[in-house]
Amino acid sequence: MLNKLKNTVLDSQIKKSIFRVGIPNTDRKRVLIVLGNVFLHLHPTKVRTSGVKLRYTWCAGGLSFFLFLVLTLTGVLLMFYYRPTVEGAYVDMLDIRSQVPFGIMRELHRWSAHAMVIMVMVHMFRVFMTGSYKPPREFNWAIGVILLVLTFLLSFTGYLLPWDQLAIWAITVGSNMAKATPLMGAGGPFADFLQIGGVPLVHPGDDARFMLIGAKELGGTTLLRFYVLHCVGIPLIAAVLMAVHFWRIRKDGGISGPL
Amino acid sequence: MEHAAAGHGVLFEAFKEVANILATPWLSFSLTTIGLLLMLRFRRYVFNWWIGILAIAIESGVIIWGMKDPNFSLIVGKPDNVPITAMLFISTFVLWLAMTQAVNNDRRVEQKLPPDEKETSNQKTWVWPDLLYIEFIALIICSIVLILWAIYLRAPLEQPANPAATPNPSKAPWYFLGLQEMLVYYDPWYAGVVLPSIIVVGLMAIPYIDTNPKGGGYFTFAERKFSIGIFLFGYLALWVFMIITGTFLRGPGWNFFGPFEYWDPHKIVALNNVNLSDYVWVKWFQWIYQKTHIEWFNQGLPQVRNAIPQLLPPDPTSIRLFLVEVGHAIKREFAGILFLAFYFLALPGILAKTILKKFYEQLDLARYSVLVMLFLTMFTLPLKMVLRWTMTLKYFVDTPWIKF
Repeated sequence: MLNKLKNTVLDSQIKKSIFRVGIPNTDRKRVLIVLGNVFLHLHPTKVRTSGVKLRYTWCAGGLSFFLFLVLTLTGVLLMFYYRPTVEGAYVDMLDIRSQVPFGIMRELHRWSAHAMVIMVMVHMFRVFMTGSYKPPREFNWAIGVILLVLTFLLSFTGYLLPWDQLAIWAITVGSNMAKATPLMGAGGPFADFLQIGGVPLVHPGDDARFMLIGAKELGGTTLLRFYVLHCVGIPLIAAVLMAVHFWRIRKDGGISGPL
Repeated sequence: MEHAAAGHGVLFEAFKEVANILATPWLSFSLTTIGLLLMLRFRRYVFNWWIGILAIAIESGVIIWGMKDPNFSLIVGKPDNVPITAMLFISTFVLWLAMTQAVNNDRRVEQKLPPDEKETSNQKTWVWPDLLYIEFIALIICSIVLILWAIYLRAPLEQPANPAATPNPSKAPWYFLGLQEMLVYYDPWYAGVVLPSIIVVGLMAIPYIDTNPKGGGYFTFAERKFSIGIFLFGYLALWVFMIITGTFLRGPGWNFFGPFEYWDPHKIVALNNVNLSDYVWVKWFQWIYQKTHIEWFNQGLPQVRNAIPQLLPPDPTSIRLFLVEVGHAIKREFAGILFLAFYFLALPGILAKTILKKFYEQLDLARYSVLVMLFLTMFTLPLKMVLRWTMTLKYFVDTPWIKF
């Protein structure tokens, strides 16, 4: 009876339409199952044995990517309950905290974000210590550095969204740095040299800090700007660069190993 | 705090006292740097199971014991600071993990054996199932850790945003606290904008300036002493060290507080930092004047006014006034300008003949220039730190337009 049911399920047209290869019990099927699956085919079908070992890669890159996926998922769920407005943001935080069933989404999101920053740094540390940036992987290392910066920026833009004291003052400290940009920040070196007939070209209403926070002082426009960058802008760029990063790992010869 | 202290023994008080002293920036930075050098020098004896377990045990012991102190637990127990404590352990662990394998491989190479990774690097493993189950287990463990972390520790939520109430201290997110800590030693244009850009570009430049063909694809130290040494110094003694100092040891007014010290908002720290030009014109020239009585040395610090040239449309008067002030600035800051010129223009040449000789001979001029500029830029930070601690130096060059 059970056997019959099992065979019916395994031989059904639905099952076969989804999983083209049966149970991967032969080498041929092991190849086909990786090649035939859009997610698995991020991998080659076979990898260097030394590169698979946990003590070599520490899973740091893979876990960075996994944490990015966790952050995307929890982030999308949080977006249902959050409005990026000065009036709404903090109230929604309180609601997410006390009213939403299974209310650990914000915790998961925040701790995953911290974990991702650490994991990306650990991944970079491992890649450096194994000399894996050496030719032919120079370009992929550079992409990785940009991804590290994007991870910082993702975390930084997300930091403002709770709109509490911790958030606005951390972003105030961070964005005040932009004020000091040479030539492009109103308080930066040589910015006051840029003037036409005494009219300053770089002032608090158009400088680098203004571009970052969307106003002369932190406010609703900053919140909206950071929200859009956090939820759409930077994740899109990061996703594209991740695709390049993963693709290049394979094109550059897979996980590094001694020649 | 007397009440809390009374409950604990003399030993705990002594421990707190020692920890507070050890955490003083000049001492903790010196110890970190010397510790790193000794660790790399005696790597064969340091990187083994026993010392690794001992290091983690000491770190855990200090933190667990320290939590008995209310001031310490207040700052370490802050939910957003948990990742930094975690990073302390993770940094120790990954350093140990990498260096243990490096030492092992170096030993093998000495015995004319290939590195350990080479044993299996020509073999292939099936992705399904061998790699996928490792990934799968890693994902499950990671998920469990995250879920437990999320259940036991609530994400912080403070009072609603209030632009009128500035908290003291106001801190950036933890991964930028290294940059904020650098504001102690540099102006914001450099610490907050230019230096981070140089760090990013410098990191991207690494593969192009490190032309050492050895050490790709396996752990080693002996074959890449210089690159790994510099990287570990930058990563541990500067980046991680600055983050930890900025998070745990900077209180109200960005003043230094020991890990067991009460964050007193009224702590008064004398602001007695002086510029190099103050040393030259006020201190040293006065000393010469006392000895020689040559009137020129008695003029004191020359004044420089903040003149802005109007370039569009060109206004000859303002441009002339500006150039006069630039002249004054060059006169006042000549020592700092000469020092920086020596540091960035002459030192690359000197280093090419001495400690970086090997690299100068191996690399072409472009690569060597980038390497030495990044190297020197990085070392202005410890240089400025040391000069701040030893002679309360503020700026090498202080003009109304730009300060360094």
